[in-house]
Amino acid sequence: MSLSGKEREEFEKQLEAYVGIDIGIEDASRDAVNQAMIRQWCEAMGDACGAYTAPEAAAKSVHGEVVAPPAMLQAWILGGVAMATGEDDPRDKQRELHRLFDARGYTGVVATNTEQEYLRYLKLGDRIRARTQIESISEQKATGLGIGYFINTRTRFVDQNDKEVGWMTFRVLKFEAGDQPAAAAESNSAVPAKPQRLRPALGHDNRWWWDCVEKDELAIQRCSACAVLRHPPRPMCGECQSTEWDYVFSSGEGTIHSYVVIRHPEVPGYTYPLVVAVVDLAEGTRFVGNVVDIEPEEVEIGMAVQASIERVDDEMKLPVFRRAS
Amino acid sequence: MPATLKNQAAIVGIGETEYSKNSGRSELALASEATAAAIKDAGLSPSDIDGMTTFTLDTTDEIELARAVGIGDLTFFSRIPHGGGAAIGVVHQAVMAVATGSAKAVVVYRALNGRSGARYSEGVSGGPTTSDLIHWSWYMPSGLMTPASWVAMYSMRYMHETGCTSEDLAEVCIAQRNHAVKNPRAFFYQKPLTLDDHQSARPIVDPLRLYDCCQETDGGAACVIVSPELAKDLPNPPALIRGVSQGAGRDQESMTSFYRPSISSLPEMDLVAKQCWQISGLTPDDIDAAVIYDAFSSIVLWQLESFGFCKHGEAKDFIKDGGLGLGGRLPCNTHGGQLSEAYVHGVNGINEGVRLIRGTSTSQPAKNDHVLVTAGVGVPTSAMILGKA
Repeated sequence: MSLSGKEREEFEKQLEAYVGIDIGIEDASRDAVNQAMIRQWCEAMGDACGAYTAPEAAAKSVHGEVVAPPAMLQAWILGGVAMATGEDDPRDKQRELHRLFDARGYTGVVATNTEQEYLRYLKLGDRIRARTQIESISEQKATGLGIGYFINTRTRFVDQNDKEVGWMTFRVLKFEAGDQPAAAAESNSAVPAKPQRLRPALGHDNRWWWDCVEKDELAIQRCSACAVLRHPPRPMCGECQSTEWDYVFSSGEGTIHSYVVIRHPEVPGYTYPLVVAVVDLAEGTRFVGNVVDIEPEEVEIGMAVQASIERVDDEMKLPVFRRAS
Repeated sequence: MPATLKNQAAIVGIGETEYSKNSGRSELALASEATAAAIKDAGLSPSDIDGMTTFTLDTTDEIELARAVGIGDLTFFSRIPHGGGAAIGVVHQAVMAVATGSAKAVVVYRALNGRSGARYSEGVSGGPTTSDLIHWSWYMPSGLMTPASWVAMYSMRYMHETGCTSEDLAEVCIAQRNHAVKNPRAFFYQKPLTLDDHQSARPIVDPLRLYDCCQETDGGAACVIVSPELAKDLPNPPALIRGVSQGAGRDQESMTSFYRPSISSLPEMDLVAKQCWQISGLTPDDIDAAVIYDAFSSIVLWQLESFGFCKHGEAKDFIKDGGLGLGGRLPCNTHGGQLSEAYVHGVNGINEGVRLIRGTSTSQPAKNDHVLVTAGVGVPTSAMILGKA
């Protein structure tokens, strides 16, 4: 239950005391801005800009020397693994504030947005320090995750000469996780949800077919009047206009009529290179699906394949093909 | 005498914006500029326009565009579905409107921020549950959801059956790039392409490589269509529409007609071609140049076969040794096409067809009595034959 009435009034008064204060500790860079860390960051982000990692290219750039990617700003002052596993610094007013929320049942925490501004490029050898202020705390909000409060902080970054080099605002939601345990567990986890494949849209004419797949059946629609098989399913038989139909199960045996090897763009939830084939099923209809457990170079038109229904991500089942043995 | 669409209308004005990767303005702004330019080129004023037609995919409503440009009362407006297949379908609409007296002067327009805005290369993923989305649902879960992947599926089969190779596809790309090199509107202006460039470019979806795929472009293009009588009083030489037609084939899906007995030819384009020849009374031998829809290089080959320039499977021989170049059998996509000028869903191709008839292309063949212009492939589609007055 979220707080209400007098209890809430008292709690919010306690919160007010934190607005505008410095969190009490200074984050100082443990290492000067350096090439090794820049390279690791660029590799992780896939940023190949020469001004960051190639001294010769950097010398010819507008910077005249290697500079750090601006978006690394916060990386220079982060505390490393100890941040997640170490003891809280007793001077840290931000931790204190979060514990205050925790004690009142607002145990969930999720970062919602951040904004950074860079005043100059950082160069090798720069030493960065940062101080953070709690800028504001919102009134109680009802959010998709639960009832909670937004906490806004502002961090000011300075160099070895105390000159400001950039700043960052950061907003977190402290919320009552109890109502929606799944959402809370997810948001507390550092691991983002695994991307899933795109789901089919379901309607009157195709839902039954996907229901069959859930039961490990590869169905082919059959006209009840003239027995012609058809795929993809349609509400009426194009041969005799009957709207009566049932279905048969495919043996899953087929041959590849054509195929592609998809390499670009890569969509989250799929593994690339991705082979997709149009398969002539033994029953006479065609089906489009993935060919798996084979090197793309080994796939051929005319190759015999066998379908099986498998789970392709956390939830969805799909018919996939393998080279027939 | 049966009604015919032969010589019932002419394209008298063309207009376009610059083609770029980031227009910095709205699609309505692009449509407005292209439309105003086309009306001006026609020697008309906005108040002369009483009909408008575009693609269902266009985000700009004709009434918004009419208001922006200062076009007044409209007696005809329509839209054609199926992406690039609409490219000449919209001309077909305009010709029918003019021929029947439903309108006197019709603007055909298409404008899109195809690179800086929604990109077609990203494919289909969701949206309201329409028959269209149910259709894509047979492919999305397996990851077959981009235009390149759908066209690659036909291409692999076509190449398997005919012996056409990636080097043959490169011939199309290089011929068109040679034209783009001379066209200042083209993204690849002054940037030639070699066979080595083509073969060493990254694969997108086997068997298609980067330069086999068209660009994504921000830009707008428009043209104005009136009766041949009205055209006589206007400043530019008219491009008479000798024949125009639409077609959707049996067992057609939008881009994924994988269930037909053969997937290595285009029944819908065969149907469009048959009507174009019937209406115009012309044959492939009468065509001096062509603007052939080229979202991907391979689809140019299949259309050459649909229109009877060569037999099924022989397009790779037809295009060899500069067959699509200026001195070749069929100078093709003289603006560079969508591979090398810009991707404006084929409407930039209409404008090039008109320039070819006027004699003002940057790659102008000497003979220019008749020009074929076609629309999208793999979808219900359309085409027309333009002629000198």
